[in-house]
Amino acid sequence: MAEFLSLHDAVARYVQDGATVAMEGFTHLIPFAAGHEVIRQKRRDLTLIRMTPDIIYDQLIGAGCAKKVIFSWGGNPGVGSLHRLRDAVEKGWPHKIEILEHSHAAMACAFEAGAAGLPLAVFRGYIGSELPSVNDQIKFIECPFTGERLAAVPSVRPDVSIVHAQRADRQGNVLVEGIVGVQKEAILAAKHSIVTVEEIVDDLKAHPNACVIPGWAISAIAVAEKGALPSYTHGYYGRSNRFYKEWDAIARNRDTFTQWLDENVFKGVQNHAGENV
Amino acid sequence: MSLEYTSSEMMTVTAARALENGTTCFVGIGLPSEAANLARLTHAPDVVLIYESGTLQTKPDILPLSIGDGELCESALTTVAVPEMFRYWLQGGKVNVGFLGTAQIDRFANLNTTLIGDYREPKVRLPGGGGAPEIATNAGEVFITLKHSRRAFVKDVDFVTTLGFGRDGKGRDNVPNIGKGPTRVITDLCVMKPDPETKELVVVSLHPGVTREEVMDATGWEVRFADQLESTPEPSEKELGILRELKARTERAHTGE
Repeated sequence: MAEFLSLHDAVARYVQDGATVAMEGFTHLIPFAAGHEVIRQKRRDLTLIRMTPDIIYDQLIGAGCAKKVIFSWGGNPGVGSLHRLRDAVEKGWPHKIEILEHSHAAMACAFEAGAAGLPLAVFRGYIGSELPSVNDQIKFIECPFTGERLAAVPSVRPDVSIVHAQRADRQGNVLVEGIVGVQKEAILAAKHSIVTVEEIVDDLKAHPNACVIPGWAISAIAVAEKGALPSYTHGYYGRSNRFYKEWDAIARNRDTFTQWLDENVFKGVQNHAGENV
Repeated sequence: MSLEYTSSEMMTVTAARALENGTTCFVGIGLPSEAANLARLTHAPDVVLIYESGTLQTKPDILPLSIGDGELCESALTTVAVPEMFRYWLQGGKVNVGFLGTAQIDRFANLNTTLIGDYREPKVRLPGGGGAPEIATNAGEVFITLKHSRRAFVKDVDFVTTLGFGRDGKGRDNVPNIGKGPTRVITDLCVMKPDPETKELVVVSLHPGVTREEVMDATGWEVRFADQLESTPEPSEKELGILRELKARTERAHTGE
């Protein structure tokens, strides 16, 4: 049964140094408030998994939380590069990080396989790509029935997955609406999970086929109003495209990044991206 | 009297015209998205646009900045989870055309969106594969659009993120359950198609006012021209009007909150 905790307590309990962490949300519902809490608690040596690292992982990498990043598309969507990710990979600032890169199809299948309790995902992929030559977690197997050569990757099984959603009811059941990404798969694949929500309601008012994650499949729920900004929450607020564009200048330079982090993440514990954009 | 238009507009209109009405198209963000939506708003109202964020049959009024903008979901017939998108809809063979952009492309239409330089010591780190590696092999065919430059059009890509026809042009030979691969590349200077035998990209059509020399200067290999070299038809007033309105709407939406 999901426990209702403050975001501080949820992160303190479930995100340990050295943990494998997936913060998901496919350009929507990105759990920025939770990411900032991880930065404030100065977690270190994390293996960060996310299909699209986005500026949330740019911030965690620049803040020195990451040891390794597993991803499939590492850019600032529609804007350009993730400068903190690049600085860590190209110049080793604030320290060298290891990267393991996949394609989207591989990662989506790996999350799904994790949720299904399987050790691997099998799919028709990576044909002719050189990614298998730089990622030893990509293998090929032969279909035992047809002989077709298929790609295989290990399933994703994070120590903790963190996602943001619209709302939870008082039993901790969570409704996710809009672009649902791999939210449900990330929760079900992980040993522990934290869901931040915009609000707690008496009745989810979900239609029969809605994406609802039962409270008993979640470890902790924390209320984080506007917790996805500068990404967005369908039905609540839009994406701050302006901030995504501004991030390019902030993150390009180590000093402006450090200053931004100090002012917006470390100094104001109540702050989240929503108040900075 | 001919219309005034930019080379970027020429590229987008030409790329849009490549999409036939009724096609199911898996759309990459950026230039492909601009072209695919122009197609939908002009000659191809029934084109089915799919984005990797899970938005199926979407009709955005403005161009998305990111692949998962709310606009894509709100204007979609339905939105599915990302694993379903890649497994059922793409891998399941429901996509006719994959429409991709790229940072680097080589003479065999292999795409590099991973990095410039050596993998362990990159000179420039690019975003990575995203959906492209499987879009390029699981879609029926692939259209590619990007601006022409010597930096982008190289003889051999630094890294094959996404298969065109492989480093020897034979990368798709005897591979079961694979699409035709790139069938056209649309740039701001010309249209290229793979040679039916060697799979090397050949210029088949020059945009109005563009010379062979300009294309050769902007291409990092000794590019060949088709014997029957065509002149790409100019954009129409209607196409240009709709494209400019679309871009103006998009600009207004993205600079606001």
